[in-house]
Amino acid sequence: MNPLFHFGRYVILMKRAFSKPEKSSIYISRIFEEMNILGIGSLGIVAIISVFMGAVITIQSAFNFESPLIPIYAVGVAVRDSMILEFSPAIISLILAGKVGSSIASEIGTMRVTEQIDALEIMGINSAGYLIQPKIIASVLFSPVLIVFSMFLGILGGYVFGLLTGVVTDYEYVYGITYSFRPYNVFYALIKAGVFAFIIASVPAYHGYYTKGGSFEVGRSSTKGVVYSSVLILAFDLILTQLLLA
Amino acid sequence: MIQINNISKSFGDRKVLNDVTFTFESGKTNIIIGQSGSGKTALIRCMVGLNEIDSGEVLYDGRSFHTLDFKGKKEIRKEIGMLFQGSALFDSKTVEENVVFPLSMFTDLSEAEKRERANFCLQRVNLPNAGKLYPSELSGGMKKRVAIARAISVQPKYLYCDEPNSGLDPKTSIVIDTLIKEITEEYGITTVVITHDMNSVLEIGDNILFIYNGVKWWEGNHSDILKTTNQELQDFVYATKFMKELKTKF
Ligand SMILES: Nc1ncnc2c1ncn2[C@@H]1O[C@H](COP(=O)(O)OP(=O)(O)OP(=O)(O)O)[C@@H](O)[C@H]1O
Ligand SMILES: [Mg+2]
Repeated sequence: MNPLFHFGRYVILMKRAFSKPEKSSIYISRIFEEMNILGIGSLGIVAIISVFMGAVITIQSAFNFESPLIPIYAVGVAVRDSMILEFSPAIISLILAGKVGSSIASEIGTMRVTEQIDALEIMGINSAGYLIQPKIIASVLFSPVLIVFSMFLGILGGYVFGLLTGVVTDYEYVYGITYSFRPYNVFYALIKAGVFAFIIASVPAYHGYYTKGGSFEVGRSSTKGVVYSSVLILAFDLILTQLLLA
Repeated sequence: MIQINNISKSFGDRKVLNDVTFTFESGKTNIIIGQSGSGKTALIRCMVGLNEIDSGEVLYDGRSFHTLDFKGKKEIRKEIGMLFQGSALFDSKTVEENVVFPLSMFTDLSEAEKRERANFCLQRVNLPNAGKLYPSELSGGMKKRVAIARAISVQPKYLYCDEPNSGLDPKTSIVIDTLIKEITEEYGITTVVITHDMNSVLEIGDNILFIYNGVKWWEGNHSDILKTTNQELQDFVYATKFMKELKTKF
């Protein structure tokens, strides 16, 4: 269907989701609930992926830097910069778009087709606010935790596997990761991750919320939520990189 | 009192409601009957604004629902309790949490008071020990009853029940019918019940609206209905063997 139609309906849904809550205490506990599901529940997969990414970058760059002109500590620099600038914010967000996005879209989609959303509306509850807002807030608030956690584990993974395989020494790696370090890069990564976290929660929520039909359509909404949020993450990755780094 | 005036509704180019006018009185059990697919659920979904209407108006004690903005509608909806045809329980919450939920949203009762109210409602639908179960652990009829408990927990002024006793055994069915009638009269609720069950119609139907293909075909009360000469209504009322036999006895 028409992308402008979807964009307009998405904006209206977000406006409704962020209107004043019925009862703040309930919203706050909803946010913690969602942080637990979306955030804490993702620590495991983020940890595994980050360690392996750090390890692979270490071994690959050591292999590529086999030139006497490039000092071996450049491996540490490469791991640090690729983890902080791109892998932790963008790749982890793409993975989360798959994991978190599909669960959000199917949860909300199922609630739509089983009339649970109608039941909320009938009670006089703003269903968009109640269901979607806590997910977005939890996702955005928790994203710095996940991303810093990922950066740390990626760099640690590189260190451990670098030493185990003997491609770098302890001293060179540590020298590399501290070599002309720019804290701004971490800030840039956190901004990116925050934007991606908003996309990861809101786009699948939109697709779930407007599901029509039955379980088949819930599956389709879930797929659409993941695909569209992933594409948007890539697009915003480009835009934000241009805006913040150029 | 809920008044509907000249309600029409189409889905695409299919007209499912055509110029329906009716008054649902307060303190009375107003029943909507009609064949499957005749537009009963569509009518009440239009009345509460879950579906937009194409034309007509719905008045809640004189307040015109569809002209209100989102906030105004919300105020009226807080006074509405609704039992959906498919129960629509929140499946991430236990039975007790389902019933407590509307109370938490809109009242300042303490935890203990809310729980007490929830258990009172569950008791009234004959489910005193189901509070800790999840909806997926309930039978269809139990879900219906939990949904009724949830709908009445906030003491609504307007109560909609879409087939409250489909899937219930005759005995539980009577318990539910009686409960609906009792609370309707006790609290002066405007109750709208959709049912296929002639037993309920005769038992609790104060005002009856018969919908046929989206059109108001007949209205009256439970003593009129047995004497009706309206062919389509007769076909509906005397569809079962039992009712046919009953008819020959008159
Ligand atoms: N969202 C919708 N989109 C398109 N058509 C619909 C929609 N909802 C209902 N209809 C159509 O409207 C007609 C009336 O449906 P409705 O659900 O009101 O029937 P009903 O009288 O409640 O039947 P039942 O007793 O089986 O529940 C049906 O023919 C149905 O196909
Ligand atoms: Mg129906």
